Amino acid sequence: MKLKPQLDEFTAAKNMAEIEPPLTGQQAQVESERCLYCFDAPCITACPTGIDIPGFIKKIANDNLTGSAKTILEANILGSSCARVCPTSVLCEGACVLLDRDEMPIKIGQLQRHATDHVIENDIQVLKAPEVRSGKKVALIGGGPASMGCAAELVLLGHEAVIYEKSPEAGGLNTYGIAYYKLPPRVSLEEVEMIQKLGVQIECGVEIGKDLSMDELRADFDAIFLGVGLGNTRSLGVPGEDLPEVTEALTFIETFHVSPLHETPVGRHVVVVGCGNTAIDAVTQAKRLGAETATIVYRRGEEDMPAYRFEYELAKKDGCSFLFHVAPVKVLGEGSVSGLRLIRTQLTADGAVEPITGSEFEIPCDMVIKASGQEKRSNFLQSLCPDLSLDRASRLEVDPMTRQTSVAGIYAGGDAVNGGREVVNAVAEGKKAARGMHLEFTGETVEGPLQHTRMGSSRPIGSGFDNPVRVSEAGKS
Amino acid sequence: MADLSINLGGIRSPNPFWVASAPPANSAYQCHRAFEAGWGGLVWKTIGDPIVNVSSRYSAHSVGGVKMVGFNNIELISDRSIETNFREIKECAEAWPDRAVIASLMTDTRENWHDLVKRSADSGAAGIELNFGCPHGMCERGMGSAVGQNPDVMETIVGWVMEVTEIPVIVKLTPNITDISAPALAANRAGANAISMINTINSITQVDLDRMVPEPSVEGKSSHGGYCGPAVKPIALNMVETCASTPGQELPISGIGGIGNWRDAAEFIALGSTSVQVCTAIMHYGFRIVEDMIEGLSSYLDSKDMKSVEELTGRAVQNVQRWETLNLNYKRIAEIDYEKCIGCNLCYIACEDGAHQAIDLVNPEGHGVGPGRLPGKPIPEIIEEECVGCNLCAIVCPVDDCIEMVDVDTDRPFLSWKQYQEKLETREMEPIPAHK
Repeated sequence: MKLKPQLDEFTAAKNMAEIEPPLTGQQAQVESERCLYCFDAPCITACPTGIDIPGFIKKIANDNLTGSAKTILEANILGSSCARVCPTSVLCEGACVLLDRDEMPIKIGQLQRHATDHVIENDIQVLKAPEVRSGKKVALIGGGPASMGCAAELVLLGHEAVIYEKSPEAGGLNTYGIAYYKLPPRVSLEEVEMIQKLGVQIECGVEIGKDLSMDELRADFDAIFLGVGLGNTRSLGVPGEDLPEVTEALTFIETFHVSPLHETPVGRHVVVVGCGNTAIDAVTQAKRLGAETATIVYRRGEEDMPAYRFEYELAKKDGCSFLFHVAPVKVLGEGSVSGLRLIRTQLTADGAVEPITGSEFEIPCDMVIKASGQEKRSNFLQSLCPDLSLDRASRLEVDPMTRQTSVAGIYAGGDAVNGGREVVNAVAEGKKAARGMHLEFTGETVEGPLQHTRMGSSRPIGSGFDNPVRVSEAGKS
Repeated sequence: MADLSINLGGIRSPNPFWVASAPPANSAYQCHRAFEAGWGGLVWKTIGDPIVNVSSRYSAHSVGGVKMVGFNNIELISDRSIETNFREIKECAEAWPDRAVIASLMTDTRENWHDLVKRSADSGAAGIELNFGCPHGMCERGMGSAVGQNPDVMETIVGWVMEVTEIPVIVKLTPNITDISAPALAANRAGANAISMINTINSITQVDLDRMVPEPSVEGKSSHGGYCGPAVKPIALNMVETCASTPGQELPISGIGGIGNWRDAAEFIALGSTSVQVCTAIMHYGFRIVEDMIEGLSSYLDSKDMKSVEELTGRAVQNVQRWETLNLNYKRIAEIDYEKCIGCNLCYIACEDGAHQAIDLVNPEGHGVGPGRLPGKPIPEIIEEECVGCNLCAIVCPVDDCIEMVDVDTDRPFLSWKQYQEKLETREMEPIPAHK
């Protein structure tokens, strides 16, 4: 491969530094005082993990940072990374009532980060597992957010949880695959450590189906959780795809999560195929790591892109270019990439993409990043357990309440079930699966959080745990 | 343009806004700056035998990110010599003949009072204010609030002052007393020309929970301080109104306590003040605040077609009555404007836990979905038969004019508690059933 790192250490670090600086104590104070402390607040409803947001913000205002972090982490064990990676403008902050008073919404993500950073930096373990243990053991396959959410909840409910992760570190995409400027891997690894201190066992470098068989797990554990996520990026299906400078977005992003930023090989002219949130992560980071030009090519139009609007804006601000209504035909080059041949496309009456004959053209580039969506892991899942039932989109089918799959004792959550959504969705699904297992183990239903009114005790009316969010976030998956 | 000039017991000033006797009124330098900014008068920092102060001196009560909602101090009267103070008063009085420079005095013996009163007139001061209010330090020495809390002693001392004074005398009262009208009446009996209130309130603003000592701390120890600032305004308004409506209290009033803008000032005037005095707001923002006070009060008077400050003075006093005369048959209830409601449900939880359980959370259907409310998310609805019209929901609502209190026709005639008791006595009425 001819690609070389483009930047010195200092510039690379500067370009990739956390995009949002943390709030100072005073900024957090001022911001938290702005919160109205709504009752049955819409932000709670909009949070998939149902964090008591006004509650934790009030605690920041009252200088009770540890209590604030406890409120957050009880609902969402990955509260620290979610504070950084959640698309808050379409979740909690998008539901803030201050928007309806024509004001900026409360900076919920930033405040959440302020509280969780406090306990992580000061090494305060705010959650404690109960001393009485149930004796029940659960194996979790995959060490990403879904398994972390599930394992933490299991341990807090008195059960034993062992996570098996094939990579050298746990955390999944939080550790390896999120834009560096949003979430440096350090934050994810701190969360992994916190979860271990809580009592979750994590076995890294263990691949199920190879190092350990499913049968062994089923014999040794009372239940199994599948948090296996998604597979490889879909191939482009065009000639030249096997050239060395053609890579997958997540592979590219992983490069600088496991080795120093300034040693990342990057093309001078990078083309990213696809226009989802991962494509944006890839194109902006290629640009920030020194590419002279970084261009997204997408077969549909600007209005159709799956990426969030704010991600699109960020990429444009970073100087990335966009070519819409084009599809790759061939990766050009002898032995190494020298360009990409594209064809213009149009949408048919029923919305399908069709190429326009004779409209082919070429753009020069020396690196092509594929970001056209990840494949489902149906083969892997069926090799683990042939009885697992998948839906038409190859997603695992689960009971919506207990998260149990079609196979008794096997539960699932995260991208393998929802097809690829946010970290916070994965944590919520994992947590819910833990409660499903707890019901199976003990017959007890875990409710929460609860709200007491004269109409009785109930979940907050519309706890985000179950109900859809107000913004059409579902359509963005 | 309304006439803003006032006359408080013979002391005239071009507007009712005076700098109160306090740190902003400590020197000629500050006095010049105040008058340049537009203040109509200035009551000099209290003159007496020079004292020695401690360090530190001030502390504040800040709420919800708002600084200095309340403020206190343990600073004493002027630490400058009597000669210096009178020399600078003379300089200012001569430089600003249309403004009122008032000497504030505090001393002990009859002889000393006579001396300071005479020197005040000699310096060209427009009047004298007697400090019978300071609740810290000086009261331990039998002065300040120690006098103000004892109407008989106060009457005697005011009498000494009136024996020799050639200029109007204002008696400044302490709020640290059960009934403010008692010292006010004593000032009347002694022949004073005006009263002013309130001086500061005994207070401790906060405790440092690490060092276990309140602020302001002096080498790890603190003391009770005098409390002032926006938080004391309601207490001050109550005392001003009490003095304005007490039979036999005939003296004009200079209102003090938490005034920071023209609206505060207008409220003090409407409850019976002729002039108003300001300190904490100046300590927070400087003398420049007076520009808006003058402009705002003037516009307000114009908008109400009032020709002078005098027309506003005491206008609201008649509407403060004894509780027993209020109409028991009047009713108002809350009304929610669903076009404005943002769905915070603070009205619901306030009424539910803090008041009368008169708001339900109901299905939003039929109310229209207001700005940005979640479809299906319950919204507050007033239970009209339970609503007692207490105002709490309207007070907590963060949206202007979203919850309005509206009159309800009860179809019952005026009935005060007093009348009710009389009618019960004469058996004209059955007892009103107790609330369930």
